[in-house]
Amino acid sequence: MSTAAATHDDHHDHHHAPTGLKRWLFSTNHKDIGTLYLWFSFAMFLVGGFMAMVIRAELLEPGMQFVDPEFFNQMTTVHGLVMVFGAVMPATVGLANWMIPLMIGAPDMALPRMNNWSFWILPFAFGILIFAVLMSAFGAGNPSAPNFGWTFYAPLSTKYGPASTDLFILSVHMMGISSIMGAINVVVTVFNMRAPGMTLMKMPLFVWTWLITAFLLIAVIPVLAGAVTMMLTDRHFGTSFFDAAGGGDPVLFQHVFWFFGHPEVYIMILPSFGIVSAIIPAFARKPLFGYASMVYATASIALLSFVVWAHHMFTVGMPLAGTLFFMYMTMLISVPTGVKVFNWVATMWRGSLTFELPMKWAIAFVILFTCGGLSGLMLAITPVDFQYHDTYFVVAHFHYVLVTGAIFSIFAAAYYWLPKWSGVMPSKLLGELHFWNSLISANLLFFPMHFVGLAGMPRRYADYALQFADYNFWISIGGFWFGLSQVIFLIVAIRCAMKKGEPAPAKPWDGAEGLEWEVPSPAPFHTFDTPPVIK
Amino acid sequence: MATDKYYVPESSPWPLTASIGLCMTAVGGAHFIQQSTMADMAPSFSGKPLFFLGLAWLLVVLALWWRDTIKESVGGLHSNQLGGSYRQGMLWFIFSEVMFFAAFFGAMFYTRWLIIPWLSGEGSGAMTHELLWPNFQAMWPLTETPDGTTTTPMGAWGLPAINTAILLVSSVTLTIAHHALLEGKRGTLILFQAATVVLGVIFLGLQALEYVHAYDMGLTLDAGIYGSLFFLLTGFHGAHVTIGTIFLFITLIRVLKGHFSEDNCFAWEAGAWYWHFVDVVWLFLFVTVYWL
Ligand code: HEM
Ligand SMILES: [Cu+2]
Repeated sequence: MSTAAATHDDHHDHHHAPTGLKRWLFSTNHKDIGTLYLWFSFAMFLVGGFMAMVIRAELLEPGMQFVDPEFFNQMTTVHGLVMVFGAVMPATVGLANWMIPLMIGAPDMALPRMNNWSFWILPFAFGILIFAVLMSAFGAGNPSAPNFGWTFYAPLSTKYGPASTDLFILSVHMMGISSIMGAINVVVTVFNMRAPGMTLMKMPLFVWTWLITAFLLIAVIPVLAGAVTMMLTDRHFGTSFFDAAGGGDPVLFQHVFWFFGHPEVYIMILPSFGIVSAIIPAFARKPLFGYASMVYATASIALLSFVVWAHHMFTVGMPLAGTLFFMYMTMLISVPTGVKVFNWVATMWRGSLTFELPMKWAIAFVILFTCGGLSGLMLAITPVDFQYHDTYFVVAHFHYVLVTGAIFSIFAAAYYWLPKWSGVMPSKLLGELHFWNSLISANLLFFPMHFVGLAGMPRRYADYALQFADYNFWISIGGFWFGLSQVIFLIVAIRCAMKKGEPAPAKPWDGAEGLEWEVPSPAPFHTFDTPPVIK
Repeated sequence: MATDKYYVPESSPWPLTASIGLCMTAVGGAHFIQQSTMADMAPSFSGKPLFFLGLAWLLVVLALWWRDTIKESVGGLHSNQLGGSYRQGMLWFIFSEVMFFAAFFGAMFYTRWLIIPWLSGEGSGAMTHELLWPNFQAMWPLTETPDGTTTTPMGAWGLPAINTAILLVSSVTLTIAHHALLEGKRGTLILFQAATVVLGVIFLGLQALEYVHAYDMGLTLDAGIYGSLFFLLTGFHGAHVTIGTIFLFITLIRVLKGHFSEDNCFAWEAGAWYWHFVDVVWLFLFVTVYWL
């Protein structure tokens, strides 16, 4: 049924790669879009990191030194939002873009134009958010940026939110649109684009974990959209969703938010599970222990993550039955998580281990993520959580799972796949420096938070009692140190982008498995135009 | 299908330009809302023109984008596999819409089953009730809020029941049209699809009438949680009916232009799925918001 008008561009579509600015702005190529996502997320990591430096500078010593408490609150809020939605999530989407088509033998993502739209919404959404911060710091009259914490509880964000809250709401809507489109793209790519013979149970675990992550995204991001929509109408159109005087309830906000929020933390960590499950077998030179159990564990984590949300709300007040339900469900979710940790360790057991950079990060991930999981288990016990809730203990918990968990695994992925992306090996010396400095400083930064938290230091305050001064001093030192260490990675990444370094072979790691290593390094602009056949 | 090769489009300016439109809509929208609802806002610029400019921009860009897609489809560049991607993508998109409505339905059940009993003193709510609003009584629809705002409930058996019938009939007409499309009966297809679009428009008209009626009898958006839930649930549903009607109208035009055949009709079917989804949401709405 082809008509003459359209056939002329039928034949030249795969011959040349676009160049210049157009290549990046108008891209429909999964590798270029993946690169854009990765650079964007690293930029956001530095922006959010800068805000963390402001927080730690203020907390270096007791008393008020650099910022006023109002601005401090804006820093904690936007730091959290930028790191969650701007750094961790786009980084894993970037990895998905680069690796999923390569891993399943697809010519590209299923819907390439929509893929680019998912990306290009993000710079605008974060532009809006960061603009609010810049206005607060430098604008006339210093109008407040969002200041209610990254969880934006009502009524802080409804009745008492600053004017910039509305910009924040719209920017969350934009991020949501981006995430949903990105997730739909992943699901469809995995279901519809696999090379012949690539059955579901042959897929690399990274593809599996991302498939399940994408499902979680499609299921809960719309709920977040619902939450911010109710906020908007409560703020401006007189609705009473979160206002008890009109028959609503501020606690309703927390339920809706955490129904999104808990699956969201798994959205941030499941791709990491996939990364580590690729790297550990490669450097232990053994197949992954318990592949099928890994798939089922990931799926059960995802399903359970829908029924644990109120563990964030134990101190808010719930009927006893509800409290018990959420407590036991939360404890249950650590069973499949434990299965995973067991499998990683069993994969290493009696393997021929070598400790190249990706493996170092992966092992650090397994150990430190487990620490975070254990503190999570402590928080899951309701009566204990009454003591720990809203203290630095919670801050320690989620930074162990997110920084030494999610972010360490993203670095592992970067060192593992950079040869494939750039065609050169990342600098060993700089990589070692980056790893050891990050490892030591992150623990100096986050481990003492457990102690001050147990001793009762509340989170989200600009000042603290004198008794916490010593620990906080060292926490801040760890913070600055960790922040500076990330500049090393910036150099590593720029050197790779400029092709400085040892040329990489198609398969730089001798134990690595998977289709991505069968194409040259750097991977050509188009790969698997005709699908490979899997044995 | 003319091809087996999976079509990866050349670079396209639409995603980036669409993002610019979206950004203008968002920034303009936020300011527009503030300026039209808060008396004390001293704006640096007026949000209204930016909002409408952004919206128009976005619509034009999306139209150009879809025009490209339609050209590719008519030009035979779409393989069966690509059709599969579109189909699956549409179904997952509808799933995301289901979850959006789920947030509001969830809020409604939480309100009815937990908040209102607690505010009236049940369970752990005894002290709240005693100290804050001792006169508050549990009821649904909530016609008197804790702070004393009163309102009137919307009955089920007037306009809403008629609207239910209209949507149910529209689902049947659409299904007849679908069969006609698959069997190549062009006349029946056009007739029944046009009927579906007309029913959609009638539904929207009646819905507007119902809103006027509601405001006349004191059921307003700011009349407490019942009004909030009523208008957001039915309002978002109405917005989706609007999109669905436009969707069906566009595919009707494409039917007239002869774009679809029984094995190349993704856009048509996507519109139909969307319509059925909107229909099912309405049935839930009718039962839980109007009736029970
Ligand atoms: C064994 C698994 C886990 C358990 C049992 C668990 C349990 C908990 C509990 C009970 C809380 C609430 C503490 C409170 O506010 O009083 C919490 C907070 C948190 N968890 Fe976990 N968690 C687990 C894994 C994770 C993972 C994998 C992530 C992310 C990758 C994560 C991220 C967070 C975050 C961000 C918060 C704090 C949210 C906030 O209030 O700002 N957790 N966790
Ligand atoms: Cu949680």
